[in-house]
This record gives sequence, C-alpha cells and structure tokens, in this order.
Amino acid sequence: MATSTKILSYIPRETPVHRLCGATKLIVFLVWTIVCMLSYNTFVLLGALVFGIIVFRLAKIKVSEVRFVLITILVFLTLNTIAIYIFSPEEGVKIYGTRHELFRFSSRYTVTQEQLFYLFNVMLKYFTVVPIALLFIVTTDPSEFASSLNRIGVPYKISYAVAITLRYLADVQSDYVEISQAQQARGVDLSRKAPLKKRISGLIGIAVPLIFSSLDHIDLVSNAMDLRGFGKNNKRTWYSERPFSRADYIVIAVTIIAGAMALYVTFRNGSRFYNPFLPK
Amino acid sequence: MFFGVSCFIFMDITTAVEFRNFTFQYRAQSAPTLYDINLTINKGEKVMIAGPSGSGKSTIGHCINGLIPHYYKGAITGKLLVDGQDTAEMDIFSLSRHVGTVLQDSDGQFVGLTVGEDVAFALENDMIALPEMKQKVLKTTQTVAMDPFLKSHPQELSGGQKQRVALAGVMVDDVDILLFDEPLANLDPATGKSAIELIDETRKQSGATIIVIEHRLEDVLWRKMDRIILMDEGRIICDNTPDEILSSGILRRYGIREPLYVTALSYAGVKITPEMHPESLNSMEVSDYRDVLMNREKQITPVSQPSPGSEILSFRNVSFSYDEGGRKILDNISFSIRRGEMSAIAGKNGAGKSTLCKLICGFIQPSAGQIMLNGADASGQSIYERAQTVGYVMQNPNQMICKAMIREEVGYGLYLRGVQQDEIDKRVDAALKTCGLYPFRNWPVSALSYGQKKRVTIASILVMEPDLLLLDEPTAGQDFRHYTEIMTFLQELQSQGITILMVTHDMHLMLEYARRSIVLADGKLICDDSAARVLSDPDVIERANLKETSLFTLAQKAGLDDPLNFIENFISHEKELRS
Repeated sequence: MATSTKILSYIPRETPVHRLCGATKLIVFLVWTIVCMLSYNTFVLLGALVFGIIVFRLAKIKVSEVRFVLITILVFLTLNTIAIYIFSPEEGVKIYGTRHELFRFSSRYTVTQEQLFYLFNVMLKYFTVVPIALLFIVTTDPSEFASSLNRIGVPYKISYAVAITLRYLADVQSDYVEISQAQQARGVDLSRKAPLKKRISGLIGIAVPLIFSSLDHIDLVSNAMDLRGFGKNNKRTWYSERPFSRADYIVIAVTIIAGAMALYVTFRNGSRFYNPFLPK
Repeated sequence: MFFGVSCFIFMDITTAVEFRNFTFQYRAQSAPTLYDINLTINKGEKVMIAGPSGSGKSTIGHCINGLIPHYYKGAITGKLLVDGQDTAEMDIFSLSRHVGTVLQDSDGQFVGLTVGEDVAFALENDMIALPEMKQKVLKTTQTVAMDPFLKSHPQELSGGQKQRVALAGVMVDDVDILLFDEPLANLDPATGKSAIELIDETRKQSGATIIVIEHRLEDVLWRKMDRIILMDEGRIICDNTPDEILSSGILRRYGIREPLYVTALSYAGVKITPEMHPESLNSMEVSDYRDVLMNREKQITPVSQPSPGSEILSFRNVSFSYDEGGRKILDNISFSIRRGEMSAIAGKNGAGKSTLCKLICGFIQPSAGQIMLNGADASGQSIYERAQTVGYVMQNPNQMICKAMIREEVGYGLYLRGVQQDEIDKRVDAALKTCGLYPFRNWPVSALSYGQKKRVTIASILVMEPDLLLLDEPTAGQDFRHYTEIMTFLQELQSQGITILMVTHDMHLMLEYARRSIVLADGKLICDDSAARVLSDPDVIERANLKETSLFTLAQKAGLDDPLNFIENFISHEKELRS
C-alpha cells in the first residue's frame, strides 16, 4: 500500500538482509548493541557506524521510511547530550585525565576539548546502535521475530506478546489517523497555529478514544487466541520459522569474531576509552 | 491413538451440545443473563440461535466455546455437556478440540500475519512439527479455496476471504462443532450470501454440527436451517423448524425481522402456514396469491426526482488516487445532494465509500475535479471549516467519545470553538433533547448502551449545527429494534431540515429510509436512483455486491405486472405502520 508508511512496522522487501533468519538478525543486533554500549573506542564506534550504514543500504530501506523515528531519536539524543553537559561538565576531564580548555560560560561551565570529545563519543554510540535497531525491526517479520526470540530461550508467551505488539502497531496508527481526523472536524486544532496547551488537550482528546478502542481490540484478539488454544502447552511450534541457511551461519560467525575483536581493541589498554590526549 | 479410543467410548453419543437447567450470571451483573436453559443440539444438526441484542444469544455461544467461564467470569448452575462431556471438567483448550468458533470480527480473529500463518495458529499451539503443519494448512485452505493466498496479508483480502480464512483456522483442528458468532455483521449483502453458502457446504463436506448466532433471519435462511432457537431476555422462547416459526408470526414480537416476502404476504392478508414452506421463497408456491397481492396496489410514483431544496453538496468529476498516476480509488464521480434529502451511498467493501467520506470532510483532497459545499468550492476550506457544513459521525462511537460525562462530550466541539458556557449549555440541552438523551444528561458515557453511545456521538455533532449529517454505517451491528430506533430518529432529524447522507450496505436501510441510493463499484458511480429500482436491477446488484430484494423476487414469482410499484407500495405501507 502506498498510502503512508507506518512507523516501526515491518517493510517487506527482497534483499539479503530480509532473507536472513530472524534469529540471526537478533544475534547480530544483540552483539552489536553490547559491543557499542561497552566500547567508547572511537575507532570501533566509527567502524560500526560505517558498517551500519552499509547494511542499511543493503536492506534497501529509505531514510524517508524511518524519518519520523530517526528525528524523534535525534531530538532525545540532543537533549540527552545537553543534559550530560549540564550535570557533569567535567566528565571528559575526569575520564581522559587532561584539561584543554577552549572557553568558559562560567566558573563551573567550561568547555574543554576532553568534554567535547566525550560527548562526541556518546553521540556516536547512539548513531551506531539506532540504525541497526531500526533495521532489525523493519526487516524482520514480526512472527518470525517471535519465533527467534523463542529460539534463543525467551518464553513463547513473552515472545508472542512482543511480536503481536509490533504487528498491531500499524493498526493503532491507522486508528490514530482516523480518530484524529474526526476530532479535527470537531474543532481540535493540532497545527502549529494552536497554543501548546490547546494542542496537548487536543491530543488527550484523541488518546482517550484510541486507548479505549485499542482495549476493545486487545479483548477480541486475546479471545481469538484463547479459542484456538494459545497457551495450552509449555512449548509451541512456529509456522514462520525458517531453517538456518549458510548465509546465517556465516553472518553469525563473522559477527561473533568481529564483536570479539572490537572488544579486544576496546579493552586492550585497560580502559574503554580511546584517549587522544595522552602524551605521545 | 488416544483420540480413537475416546471415539470408541462415546460412539453412541448423538448430542453435540446439551444444556440442562443451565443458569449463568456474569460477575458484574445483578441478575442472570441466562435462565434455566434446556436445549439439545444433535450431532450434524444445523441450527440458528436468534434473538435481539441482550437476549443472551452471544452468552450461549460463549458458554459453548468455553470463553465462559475461562474469560468471562460468573456463577453457573446446571450442566452443559459438549460431545457428551461435562464442560465443568473441561478447560477452554480441551473444549477448543470440539468446538471451533468463527468470530463476528474476522479482522480481529486474524492473529497471524499471513493467511498460512493464521490457519496454522491452532497447530502451532498443538506443537505440530513444521512439515506436517504445512501440509495440513495447505489441505485445509484448499477446502475453502484460499490456497492461492497462503502468503497474503489480511489487508490484501476482502471481508469474505477473511471469513474463509477464519473458518479454515478452526477447521484445521478437526473440530466437529462449528460456532458462528454473527457471521453476517460486517459483510456486504452478496458476500453475506456466499458466507451462508460456504457454511452450508462445510456442513455437507465435514458433517459438522453448525450453530449460527444471528439476528438477520432472512439472510441466514438463504440455505436450509434445521431449527431456529429464538431467545429473549435470557430464556428460550421458541425452538422449532423455520417453517413453524415463520408461520407463527412470533418473530416480530421479539424484535426479529421476518423475511420481507413473508411480511409482504401477511400485509396482503395471506395466512402463512407451515405447509407453504415459508423458509424459502424458492420452495413457496406464490402464483396463487397474484390477485391478492395485486388488489392491494395503489399506483405510487417513485420518489427519484430531485427534491426541491437547494444544492448542499456536489461532486463534479471528482477523481482520487493516493499517488500521482496510481490506481484511481475514485474515478470521475459526479452527483449532488439537495437540502433536506436523506440518501445512501452504497457499494461493496473497497469500492471507495470511505474515501468519498474523507473527501467530503476534507481529510484528503481530490486529485481532479471539484467538490462544492453550499454552492462554493470547498477546495480551500480546512477540515475545521468544512465541519461547519458537514458533520461526520464515525461508525464506531468508541472511536469518537473522549470525555467521561455525557454533557461534556456533547459540548466538547462548542467548547473548542470558544463558545460561551451559557450558550453551550443551551445548545447541549437542545441536542440532548433531540436525541432523547436529556434524562441521562448527567450520566457518565460508560453507563450507556452501544446504541445510546451512537446517539451521544450524533448529538455531539448536531450541537455544532451542521447542514449535512454524514454517517458511516449508522446501523452496523444493531438488531432490528435498535436499527428502527436509530433510523426513526434520523428521520425526525431530517424532518427538522437536516440533510442526511449515509454510507451503508444495509439493503433494508436503503429501501426503507433513503430517498436515493448512490451506488459505487470499483471507484465508479454506477447508479443514482431510487433504492427500489437499484435493488431490482440485476446489473447494478451484481457489480456492487448487493442482493436482489426478496420483495422483487416475490413480485416476479407471483407474476405481478409492475414489481417496482409493488416494492414502493410495501415501503409506503411500512411507513404508515411506523407513524
């Protein structure tokens, strides 16, 4: 359907990334996240970033299709970075052990090369993880995702709950559009022209019917699932489960090796941080 | 195998479902919903459970499939046996081995992401290995002719196809009782007809016991039913063959609409007897009644000429597609609605009806052509500005209601417009009175029934004094009593000068209440005429997934000269009876 792209829902395409098993992608995603969260090594992060962009291109997902989520995350990321600076302006100095002051706002709020470099690394970290997380969600069929979670040991009821949330996210979004249109016709103004307070109360006016109709929907779906025996046994099989192909084994192997190498590079000097300020 | 053994033991069991002095009371209710039910349904029988909303017919269904007491808690006395086993000792899972339920909302029932996965759902839960599962899914989808769609997503399927998937999803478990909960509620007339045929074929193929819970009797009787069980206020009123029940005239007393041909014959003074086999028009010998039917006819001029009012809404060659050069959802549509009219927009699901609504309200813009509101081009008007002229009422009131109290909800639109509080109070009171909600004005919305909530949403739109009320499926899911209530109310509004435009595929509604029907098929306007004429035109019926009205069939079978005039007579007679 060309009507509108739904946020955070599966975008089916024929690419090598889509063809990988959900379980493989989950393993890659987990290894990737662990490495990038542990490491502050600029080279590791830069490498991950470049590689992430390549995979993104490989999956033929357009930036425009995930623009909304990207922008939201960027906004929060910026807020986060500012907050770090406000609460801990000397963090970089503490970490890198030197102090190269550039200028100062006040005696507490100085701007140092160390702090800027530290913040740069923090941003980089998110930039490496976010595209992969997004990619994982939009290239994995929700049911296959559930089966892969189950395969790596997550109880199937939880796996299914996660998958079904992803699956119905698209429905909730189209409900949202319909409800908000009808409310706009009643006079709810959500445009930038309206003052913030009005816009917020307008959004509440949309959220209430949205929540109630979603609850109705949940009722219905859970009845439908119960009636067909969901939860009867401790295990279940999965129609959408695919056997691992050679590509899956290769990708998993490469990921684990690359992850181990990245961690080795990161911890080689006994510190998670790459320190360019060290005297040579 | 275990299954084989149990078959052997219970081989002499001939009853599929048996209620013995069964009473059920929901935990939150102060009185039982089912009183002392005694009912036996034999293996291989095909029965219909009919009754108005609140009669307890859905509750009976929930008891049979185990949602009561698994999901809906309450107190049970008496016994319920399914396949000879006491359900008190069975959980919902062991019951699901015997009873397959096809829910009213086949969208909601669609748990999987694709057809194949959805059909496999029960097998997955039974831990069937993948190769066997794939084979079984293929076999079952073949029986409902859905095997070419194994990889399709629900949004790519029509309402009828979704229902086939839902049926396959329960048949895959080899159940021997199939329970259909209002299978016709969301289907257009032609799809409903094939749904009934599908149910019939399923029974013939599998020999399963079939239980259909519905209030749309005429549609269900499209194929033979062994028995009708009529319920009202938690009790079984009547349990008999369709012929007997239709002859007794009891249905109307309990708010169930009898088939139109039966009503027409009794209006003409024909005494209906079981020997006439009124269960199906095909089996009836009606040519004997030609003279009786003719005698009653007056010449009525059909009301298809435009009303004298000024033009309030018009489409001039409007087309719409989501992408430039993409598939046209609407193609070159022109029509006009005049002040004071009550008209219907009909057509099958996906014909472009809801797109048309969105265009009228300004949620989307036409790719070509012009929409005029009150004689002025609407293209520059915002959603909000158009709402001064067009009040849009969504199908599901739960999607519109956002305040806890009725007064607040109805006044919300005025409040948003910055109207003074005393003026709001005045107009809210007036709207509540018009909608018959004034006695409830200080109630919370949650205390209202579905039909009353619908009225609240209509009141909340009326309060803004639009010229045109646009309603999406105003009577969907309503039984005959509520349907009549809503429609009589809309007629009152119309008599007060409000123009009413309804999107619907309810043929009764079109016939009885709409002055005109605008029929869409595949994005094109194929007919704009009186409903009686639309519903007797085989070509339009076919293209728009409608169904010929049985009044027309009756008139033709009886050899009347002017079937259209016969239909118009029927409608005006009904109108007189109502007023």
